[in-house]
Amino acid sequence: MRYESPATTKEAVALLSKEKGPAFVIAGGTDLLVRMKSGLVEPALLVDVKRIPAMTTIKVMQTGFRVGAAVSGAELGAHKALGKAWPGVVEATNLIGSDQIQGRCTMVGNLCNASPAADSVPALIAAGAKAAIVGKQGRRTAAVEKIITGPGSTSLAKGEVIEALTLPKSSRRTGDAYLRFTPRTEMDIAVVGVGISMTLERGIIKKARVCLGAVAPTPILVPAAADTIIGTKLDDAALAALAAACSDACDPIDDKRGTAAYRIRVAGVLARRVATIAFQRAGGAA
Amino acid sequence: MPHDNSYTGQEFKVVGNRFARPDGVDKVTGRARYGADASAPGQLVARVLRSPHAHAKITKIDTAKAERLSGVKAVITSDDLPDLTGGDRGMADILENCMARGRALYDGHAVAAVAAVDEQTARKALKLIKVTYEVLPHVTDVDEAMKPEAPVIHDWVFTGGVNPQPTKPCNVANRTEMGHGDVDAGFAQADVVIERSYKTEQTHQGYIEPHACLASVNSDGSAEMWVTTQGPFSYRTVCASLLGMDLAKLKVTSSEIGGGFGGKTHVWAEPLALALSRKANRPVKLVMTRDEVFRATGPTASTSIDVKVGAKKNGEITAAELELRYQGGAFPGIWGMLGCMTGFACYDIANQRSVGWDVIVNRPKVAAYRAPSAPMAAYAVESIMDVVAEEIGMDPVDFRLKNVAKEGAQAPYGPIYGPIGIESALNAVKENPHMKVKLKKNQGRGVACGFWFNIGGQTCVDLNIGTDGSVNLAVGTVDVGGARSSMGMIAAEELGIDYEDVKVHVADTASLGHNDTTEGSRGTFSSGMATIFAARDAIEVLKERAAQMLDVPKESIQWENGTASATGAENSNLPTLTLKEIAAKSHNTGGPIAGHNEVTADGAGMGFAAHICDVEVDPETGLTKILKYTVVQDAGKAIHPDYVEGQFQGAAAQGIGWALNEEYVYGEDGRLQNPGFLDYRIPVCSDLPFIDTMILEIPNPNHPYGIRGVGETSIVPPLGAVGNAIANATGVRMNHAPMSPIRVLEALDRAGVSGDQVSAG
Ligand SMILES: Cc1cc2nc3c(=O)[nH]c(=O)nc-3n(C[C@H](O)[C@H](O)[C@H](O)COP(=O)(O)OP(=O)(O)OC[C@H]3O[C@@H](n4cnc5c(N)ncnc54)[C@H](O)[C@@H]3O)c2cc1C
Repeated sequence: MRYESPATTKEAVALLSKEKGPAFVIAGGTDLLVRMKSGLVEPALLVDVKRIPAMTTIKVMQTGFRVGAAVSGAELGAHKALGKAWPGVVEATNLIGSDQIQGRCTMVGNLCNASPAADSVPALIAAGAKAAIVGKQGRRTAAVEKIITGPGSTSLAKGEVIEALTLPKSSRRTGDAYLRFTPRTEMDIAVVGVGISMTLERGIIKKARVCLGAVAPTPILVPAAADTIIGTKLDDAALAALAAACSDACDPIDDKRGTAAYRIRVAGVLARRVATIAFQRAGGAA
Repeated sequence: MPHDNSYTGQEFKVVGNRFARPDGVDKVTGRARYGADASAPGQLVARVLRSPHAHAKITKIDTAKAERLSGVKAVITSDDLPDLTGGDRGMADILENCMARGRALYDGHAVAAVAAVDEQTARKALKLIKVTYEVLPHVTDVDEAMKPEAPVIHDWVFTGGVNPQPTKPCNVANRTEMGHGDVDAGFAQADVVIERSYKTEQTHQGYIEPHACLASVNSDGSAEMWVTTQGPFSYRTVCASLLGMDLAKLKVTSSEIGGGFGGKTHVWAEPLALALSRKANRPVKLVMTRDEVFRATGPTASTSIDVKVGAKKNGEITAAELELRYQGGAFPGIWGMLGCMTGFACYDIANQRSVGWDVIVNRPKVAAYRAPSAPMAAYAVESIMDVVAEEIGMDPVDFRLKNVAKEGAQAPYGPIYGPIGIESALNAVKENPHMKVKLKKNQGRGVACGFWFNIGGQTCVDLNIGTDGSVNLAVGTVDVGGARSSMGMIAAEELGIDYEDVKVHVADTASLGHNDTTEGSRGTFSSGMATIFAARDAIEVLKERAAQMLDVPKESIQWENGTASATGAENSNLPTLTLKEIAAKSHNTGGPIAGHNEVTADGAGMGFAAHICDVEVDPETGLTKILKYTVVQDAGKAIHPDYVEGQFQGAAAQGIGWALNEEYVYGEDGRLQNPGFLDYRIPVCSDLPFIDTMILEIPNPNHPYGIRGVGETSIVPPLGAVGNAIANATGVRMNHAPMSPIRVLEALDRAGVSGDQVSAG
C-alpha cells in the first residue's frame, strides 16, 4: 500500500486517476481506517488530503461559507460565524462519534462514506449545501443531495475529489436544526435523523427544506414535507401534517438498529421537534 | 454517601482508608502490561478460522494450501487436539468449544487456526483453508429449543433431573427443582395471586480487553503462558489437561486484566495458542478481535421466566413459584439451577418452589457473568413484587420489608441465614434522601433488591519480610478490582506497619500453591483471610526472633503496633523492637522471615443490595433516561471504600446497560448481527448519572475482619429497578429486557399511552 500526501488538489486528482488498484482519499480516516482494519477494503493507494491548504480552511465569503473538505468536526465547532449562521449543520457534525473522533472526522468524509445514517448529511442537504468537485476533466459543482447514490456509493467519478462544501449565506430569518435518535447519548448510529432549514417572512415560513436520514437507502430530501409547513406559523396542525408527511416519505428496513415501523414513527416525532427548534432560530414566535 | 460503620465493632488503623491505587498511574499512562502486551523473540501471530454457520457438519477441512503459504509455521484443526479427557464430559465440552470436532455448533465456533510470521500472512492463510460444511437446522431461542420439533443439537443429551430419565435426546440438559413448604396450600391462603412471564436477552460481559495470550511450548515439553485471566491456576489445569501436560511444566502468568466479570474464568483460545506453539516450536501470540470476543466467548444466558406470587392483603407473601428457562449456549450449563437458588433469596417465603431448565441452543458457550443467573431471576421477582404491592395497595418498599429475609430465615436452596443485610439495606433505602427527590412528568422511581452467595475456596499467600523491614506479599488471586491494595492494607493492619511498606504481587502458578479462580466475589474474602493468617504466621516468627534478640523466652514477647516487647516487670528495662529492627538482624537470628498460609476459606458472607432508580421516559420515542441511581449494599467490612464503591457502581452500570440496550441480536440465519461495540450498546459515560453508593457493614462472622464479597451483588437489582421505575413513570410494565426504546414504545402503544399525538416539549 502506498501513502501520498500531496500539497494541491490537482496533484491528488492526478494520483488517484493514475492508480490502477483500489485508491482512496483519506481525510480523518475515521471510516476508512475502520474499514481497512476489518479487512473490508484493501487500498493500493491512500491519498491524504490534510496537507492541501484549499481543503483545510473555512472561508467566509460574500455568498456564504466555503468549508474545506479536510476541516475536522472540532474545527467546525469552534468557528463562531459558521455556528451562528448554520447551527444545525454544525451540531449535526459535532454529533459524530466522540471528542476523539471529532478531532479527525470531516463532513466530506461523512458524505463520501455514503452511509444512509450519516449525521451531517441531512443537515447539509436541508441547508442547501453544495459540493465543489475537482476531477481530471476540471471542476464542477453538485448539490449535496446528488452525491450519495446508495449505501456506500457516490456519484463521484474515478479520480474525482470533493475540495470543499459551500453553504449559502444565511439571514437572521433563517434557522436550521438537526436531531437524530439513538438509544445511547453518543457513540451510536442514527436510527432516524432529521435536518430542517427554513426562512421566515413576517413570522410565516416562506421557504423550507426537510431531509431525513437513516430511513431509506440514502438521505432523502422531502419537498412534500416542506410543503406542509410553508405558509404556516408552525401551528399544531402544521406540525402534525409535517410529522405525517415525514413518516410517509420513509422507506426504511428492519435491522439490528431498529424496526421499519419504529423508524417511520420516530421520523415524524423528530421532524416536529426539529422544526420547532429551526422555527425558533429563525425568529419565529411559538 | 458517607460510609456507615455503625454495625461494626472493630477498630482499624489502616483498613477503611482510601489510599491511591497502586496500579493507577501505570494504567492511565499505558505502561501497564495487559494480555496483548507481552512479546517473545521469534514469536508468531495466531489467527483462528471460525464457522459462519450456526450449525453445520464439517465434512472436510483442507489446510494444504495454507500450509504451503510462505510464512505459515503451523496450521491446526481438532486433529491436533486429540481427546485426552477420558470421559470427563465437562472437559470434553471445553475441548470441543475451543475447536469444533466435526460439527460447528454456533456462528463463530473455531474450526481451524494458523500461526504465521505476521498478521497479514496469518489472515491470508485463513482464506486458503477450505472447509466443506453441510449446513444443519439450527435453533437460537431458548423457548424454541425446548419444543419437541426443535432440531436436537447433541444426541448424547438426555434431560437430567426428571424421573424417569428420558430415552430420547433433546436440548434440555437438566431440570432443577428446589424450595420448601407447601406451595399449593400457600396459594390457597392468598388474597391475591399474580402470575407474570418475563424474557431477558443475552448479554456479554463486555470487558474492554479482548482475550489475549502469549504461549510458548519448549521442545522439552515444558511451557509458559502469559495471559489475561481471572484464574491462572484454572487456566493451567484446563490447558494442561487438554494438551496432556504435567501441571508443573506449564507456568501461567496472569497479566493486568482489562475486565473479566466471569468471562475470563474459562479458557477459549488459549489451548489453541499452546497447540500452535507446540506444533510450530515457536512462541505464539493470540489476540482475539472484538468480533471474536462477541461471537465465541462468554456471554450470559438469555432466559424466559414465569413467576407467580400469592399474598395476603396485609402484605404477607403466602406462596411463590418460579419457572426459569436459561440457555447455556451449545453446551449444558448450570444456569437454571443458579437461577433457582437466587430468585427468592431476598425474601422469607414459607412456601416456595423454583424450577430451572438448562437448555442448549446454537449460541456460544455461556460463561459466568457477574452473579451469573441472578439478574434474570431477580428481574422477574422484583418486577412482580411491585405488581403485587400495587394490587394490594401497599408501598413497594414496605411490601419488601414485610417479607424480607432475616437471620434465621431459610434460603431457597436450603441453608438457614446467619446475619444478613437485606433488611438494613431496605431500611437505608427508605431513609435515603434520594427517596424524597420530587419527580416530574414522565419520570418514575423504582426500587429493587438483589442477592449473591459469594464464595470462598482454596487460597494461599506468601508474605516475605525484607531485611529492611519492607514486605512483599504474593497472592494467587488476580487483581480484578483493587485486591493488591486491599491485601496490602490487610497485611499492614496485621503487622502494625505502614501501608506504604507493603508491596503486593500477583504470583504466577509456579510460585504459589493452587489458588481458585478470582470469581464469586472471593478475592478479598479469601485472599484477605489468607493474608491475615500469613501475617500472623510471620508475627510468630518475628516474636521468636525478638525473643532471641532480647534473650527472653518467646512466651514473654508480645506484638503490638508493629513492635515486639517483653512483658513482665523484670523486663521493663528491655527495649521495644520494631519490625524493621528485627528484620535487620534476621541474618543473625535464623535467616529470612516469612509468613505463609494455605487455606480453604469457608464461610463466605452473603451479599445483599437494594437499589433506587429514577428514570424519565420519552413517551414519543420510548427512550429511557436514567436520572438518578443509588446503590445500598452490605460489604461486611469495606477494606478500601473507594474500590468497594467502584464495584457497586460498575456492577450497577452493567446492570443498567442490560436493562436498557445490551443484547445479542441473532438473524434468521442464526448468525450474530451485532458483534461489536457500535451495535452492542453498553452504556457510555454520558448515558449514566453519577451512581451514588452507600456501604453497609454488617460483619460476616466467618471472617476475622467481617469481609463479605462485594463484586457481583449489585448487578442483580438494576433490571428490576429500571423496570419498576419505567412502570412508575408510564404506568406500563415491561416484561422483556433490555427495555430498549423500541420495546418501550411498543408497550406504551399496546397500553394506549404512547405520546405520539402530544406536541413536542
Ligand atoms: C467511534 C466512531 C463513531 C462514529 N460515530 C459517528 C456518528 O455518530 N455519526 C456519523 O455519521 N458517523 C460516525 N462515525 C463515522 C465517521 O466518523 C464519519 O462518517 C466521519 O465523518 C468520516 O469522516 P473522515 O474524515 O474520518 O472520513 P474518512 O474515513 O477519511 O473517509 C471516508 C470516505 O470518504 C472518502 N473521502 C474522504 N474525503 C474525501 C474527499 N475530499 N473527496 C472524496 N472522497 C473523500 C474516503 O475515501 C472514504 O471512502 C463514527 C466513526 C467511529 C470510528
